[in-house]
Amino acid sequence: MAVAVRKFDAVIVGAGGAGLRAAIQLSEAGLRTAVISKVFPTRSHTVAAQGGVAASLGNSEEDHWHWHMYDTVKGSDWLGDQDAIEFMCRKANEVVIELEHYGMPFDRLDNGRIYQRPFGGHMSNFGEKPVARSCAAADRTGHAMLHALYQRNIKANTHFFTEWMALDLIRDEDGDVLGVTALEMETGEVVAFHARATIFATGGAGRIYHSSTNAFINTGDGLGMAARAGIPLEDMEFWQFHPTGVAGAGVLITEGVRGEGGILRNAQGERFMERYAPNAKDLASRDVVSRAMVTEINEGRGCGPNKDFVLLDITHLKPETIMKRLPGIHEISLRFAGVDPIRAPIPVVPTCHFQMGGIPINYRGQVVAPKSGSPEVPVPGFYAAGECSCSSVHGANRLGTNSLLELLVFGKSAGETAVNDLRMGRREHKPLPKEAIDRTLARLSRLENQKDGADVHETRLAMQRVMQKHAGVFRFKDLLEEGVTEIMKVADQVKMAQINDKSRVFNTARIEALELDNLIEVAKATMVSAEARKESRGAHVRDDAPDTPEHPDGRDDDNWIKHTLWYSEGNRLDYKPVHLDPLTVESFPPKKRSY
Amino acid sequence: METRTVQFRIYRYDPDKDAKPWMQDIALELESTDRKLLDAIVKLKAKDDSIAFRRSCREGVCGSDAMNINGKNGLACLTDVDDLKQPIVLRPLPGLPVIRDLIVDMTQFFNQYHSIKPYLVNHDPLPERERLQSPEDRDELDGLYECILCACCSTACPSFWWNPDKFVGPAGLLAAYRFIADTRDQTTSERLDNLEDPYRLFRCHTIMNCVDVCPKGLNPTKAIGKIKDMMMRRAV
Repeated sequence: MAVAVRKFDAVIVGAGGAGLRAAIQLSEAGLRTAVISKVFPTRSHTVAAQGGVAASLGNSEEDHWHWHMYDTVKGSDWLGDQDAIEFMCRKANEVVIELEHYGMPFDRLDNGRIYQRPFGGHMSNFGEKPVARSCAAADRTGHAMLHALYQRNIKANTHFFTEWMALDLIRDEDGDVLGVTALEMETGEVVAFHARATIFATGGAGRIYHSSTNAFINTGDGLGMAARAGIPLEDMEFWQFHPTGVAGAGVLITEGVRGEGGILRNAQGERFMERYAPNAKDLASRDVVSRAMVTEINEGRGCGPNKDFVLLDITHLKPETIMKRLPGIHEISLRFAGVDPIRAPIPVVPTCHFQMGGIPINYRGQVVAPKSGSPEVPVPGFYAAGECSCSSVHGANRLGTNSLLELLVFGKSAGETAVNDLRMGRREHKPLPKEAIDRTLARLSRLENQKDGADVHETRLAMQRVMQKHAGVFRFKDLLEEGVTEIMKVADQVKMAQINDKSRVFNTARIEALELDNLIEVAKATMVSAEARKESRGAHVRDDAPDTPEHPDGRDDDNWIKHTLWYSEGNRLDYKPVHLDPLTVESFPPKKRSY
Repeated sequence: METRTVQFRIYRYDPDKDAKPWMQDIALELESTDRKLLDAIVKLKAKDDSIAFRRSCREGVCGSDAMNINGKNGLACLTDVDDLKQPIVLRPLPGLPVIRDLIVDMTQFFNQYHSIKPYLVNHDPLPERERLQSPEDRDELDGLYECILCACCSTACPSFWWNPDKFVGPAGLLAAYRFIADTRDQTTSERLDNLEDPYRLFRCHTIMNCVDVCPKGLNPTKAIGKIKDMMMRRAV
């Protein structure tokens, strides 16, 4: 099969916030840039972010990037890389102001400045009390941001390949990245995108879980492509369960609801967070709140006939405040919970939301992997940003509003680094290896000819159930061990997944089968990494690593302040040190986390 | 678990296989947890993987799953199955070329959106901080910026059906007014020039189908009226 080759200076995979922010950098530098996206850019999942983007603008009270940095390090449970965290927090004001200049319709304070609201884990003066740091456009911040970024790209004449799915990373024998293969959905045609720089911004893989706030498209495509091409995945055991998904539906209710004064209550009407986090209460970090909720439910204080959810109460807020600051939540509650939140509390449960791990990058946005004894050597020609990447600014637990910040800061940073590398003439179009597209063609041909294989829908469901049961909010030694066996069984099924529809034109069955190849890599990485980390930290809390005086919160700082690296080939693990040294300030040494 | 059987009639067309479109009748068992139309269609696809449709966020913010539901445009993810008369008739959005099944070619729709230059233009030197905007001025953008580009409105508009290449359509005009209404944008006059044409703006005959179908409760007709007013005022 002959495959057409298209040449660009840079190819960006993914048109969510990170991809679009990177694209602005490259297009405005005059480089020929292709952005490949499975969906029209404004349909990317950044659109669903609600509560805001963090920046220490200090518009309504005193704030400082150093306080933000402290909160982020603490939120990460000291697994975050402190150089990357300092970089992100220092850059926050710049990228948020830029976004305002692009036209983002932020809400405003009376003095005309950007409106800011409190958010979980964001405090003033190194953990003292909650601070208004989240810059918001009502509760539609992600929507407003994604549209503003897309609009800026229209102005910059970025070349979009919409409804194309990237299939595999192309690397040569030196390990350099030379682009990707991709499938045009409308025609079924496969094309090789040959580029001097390849940037992955493919988002998360929340669809490995059965109950998720994530969109259908969040299938970890970048992670699957990277893993198949020999790049390790970092810290994949850490998944954030957002405290407030609508019970049953999984749809997200922003933490901004609690930022505006919302309260979590159990079946007795008790504000239970006062017991778990006396200082920050409902605005403690997400892992802390989710565990508190599950504990309430497990101890019989859940609500409803099955006692399987808790209530998010905003009935004490003024209806005007709800309609002004939380109009989207009002709409979601009515449509998905059948509840008017002005009159009655919203039923919520912790729901899989965000992947802290991903493709390892440094704060310049370069993908890094171990090579000849050094843990972090840049992979030539390869960059990544956003949820698909691991910088690692979130460590073991992300703070709300740091994801929109991450995609702006590292989208820009990856774009800038790529522009510099191309301008300095460091990257030329290296010849495509003859076998560049073999992996892709083999996958497509296997799928085309598979007989007596496994049903894609059923296999995906089996994977999601394994993940939900074996790697949830609380983790158990036995379940983790079983989970590894179970997920490897599902992985064998995926290798035989079969589709009935063989049409060329807009074959979404084929797309879903190809997505499953990516999901399963992420699921394996998660399960294997989680089983191996024998401590509790951030979002990863296991029954055999309880809170003791020697190991506060079950954390084992002597042995486990290190990043996990999972390799698909051989299903093996490696580890690398955490960057405890920031760029300019003193390191924040580990201590017990309390809110 | 309680189940119910729901009848569907779905528009099918695969250019690889079908000489012309046809309607498929399917009965589907739904569980009590399958509340939204999108839940049902996803289930249909699990039974027959050849049914093609777009979907992503499943909560009404990405705009992917717009379709014609029992004769009216809407988002499958925001529509309750039990509110619909059976058989539930699903067709692609009207007025745009069909690529396959419920998937239409949205090129013309996006071309019109792009034609209004949907980005902020301000020629002043960039300030060090944010540009200031009063809460009242910011309020002017409410009801405008929330558009999700699902195309329910434009493909419900007879004027757009007749002239999709010349009439900007309700979604594009709503976006045009979003920038006109923004105190930070300095190109109102150019934006009005861009729409001063027998077709681009003035083909709107206030039929108000757009308002009727908008899944976000927006009102393009009102925004179009404001643009027309501004056009009139500057003419006299």
